[in-house]
Parts: sequence; structure tokens; C-alpha cells
Amino acid sequence: MADDQRLAQLKDIVSIYLPEDVSVEAIGKDSSFVNELNINSANLVDIVLDVEDTFGIRLENEDMDKMQTVRDALNIIDQKLQDKK
Amino acid sequence: MLIINDIIKKLPYTNPFLFVDKLIMVNKKAVEGSYTFKKDEFFYKGHFKEQAVTPGVILTECCAQIGLVCLGIHLLDLEEGNSKDFQVAMSSSEMQFLLPVFPPETVTVKSKKVFFRFNKLQCDVKMYNQQGQLVCKGVLSGMMKIKVI
Repeated sequence: MADDQRLAQLKDIVSIYLPEDVSVEAIGKDSSFVNELNINSANLVDIVLDVEDTFGIRLENEDMDKMQTVRDALNIIDQKLQDKK
Repeated sequence: MLIINDIIKKLPYTNPFLFVDKLIMVNKKAVEGSYTFKKDEFFYKGHFKEQAVTPGVILTECCAQIGLVCLGIHLLDLEEGNSKDFQVAMSSSEMQFLLPVFPPETVTVKSKKVFFRFNKLQCDVKMYNQQGQLVCKGVLSGMMKIKVI
């Protein structure tokens, strides 16, 4: 339940930065931000900053390097929220 | 620590596309610099046919060279210990142009860092003319990073 909600929140964030030729429906758990969703590195930073604000967490450079796919992002969010507890 | 003149030397631009004459101050949050638009700059031949007016894209470029790139060089130097080989790319610009700039004119650019994270630098920039009037303002972003060999 919480997972679905997080995925929906993440999709909302990502959709703002999608290029015009990529539809929101294209966002799946295994989608690669750069290779499949065609998000450039500058907008990937915007996504990370929005994720931080939305979930009240802070990502480090290593997290950014690991964040290739939507699933990676969800795992990082999950882990950061666990660490906060 | 870089001194101010070293920052200008590190800029990857040259004539006729270098739009920084001097830096007045730089710290980890802000930068201030100036440039004099001379009557014989290459773009005045065509902009416009009848009268020389500095194009908005050139004002934006001047704001970016001082406000983003000079500040970025300083921040890379502070954070990474050097800024020897860096790559730079403008990623977005949202500018408003309030007054025309006719040559010759010396403009001052004042830039404040919004954030510098994951190699992306975003700044609030403002450009003033010699009378101290606001010429243009906006938000510029760019990617700045050390080249990985």
C-alpha cells in the first residue's frame, strides 16, 4: 500500500520533467531515467531535489550514482525513510 | 584558494565571446563582476540594421559567464580542491529584460546561488547599467563538473 503510494508520488514528480515525446504511461518500475525516459542530467537533479522535499529526506552523491531506474529511486527513498525512524 | 584573476583565466571563452572583464567579489554564496560592451562587438553589425542594441541572448550569456561559470569555478575549487579541467553546460534560463543596453556601456552582474548540488548550479542573476538601473534579471542553471579522465 505504502509502496504504491510512493510510486504514485514519484511518478507525479518525474512527469514534470518528462520530454514532450515521452508519456506518463511510460514510467514503469524498471524504467531507466536517462536511457528510457530521456531525462537529462540537469532534470535528474531537479527530480532528486523534489524527492527530497516530498519525502523529507536527503540524498548524497552515492545515492545519485545508484539511482538509475524508478525502482532504484524507490529503494533509496525506502532506505532513507527507514534510517530516519 | 583561487584568487579572483585566476577565475577569469580559467574561463573557457575567448574573444569575441568572452563577456567578463573583472570580478569585483566572489564567495561561496554570490559573485559580482562587470563587462564593458564596446561599440565594435561583432553582433552590433546585425542587431539591429539601423541601431546597435545588445541582444538579449548576449546579456543572458554575460549573466551566465559571470553569475554561473565564475561562481561555479569558485565552488568547484572550494568543494573539490581544484577546478582544473571542468565541463560546463547551461541547462536552463528564464530571463526578463527591462532596459535596452546601448554600446558603449559597462554592466555589473550580481548573482546569488540558489543551490549547487549534484553538479547543478542554479543562480538568481541581476544585471545593472552604469546608472545602477536594473537591466535584466532571471534564474539561470547549468551543470558544472570536473572532467573524469
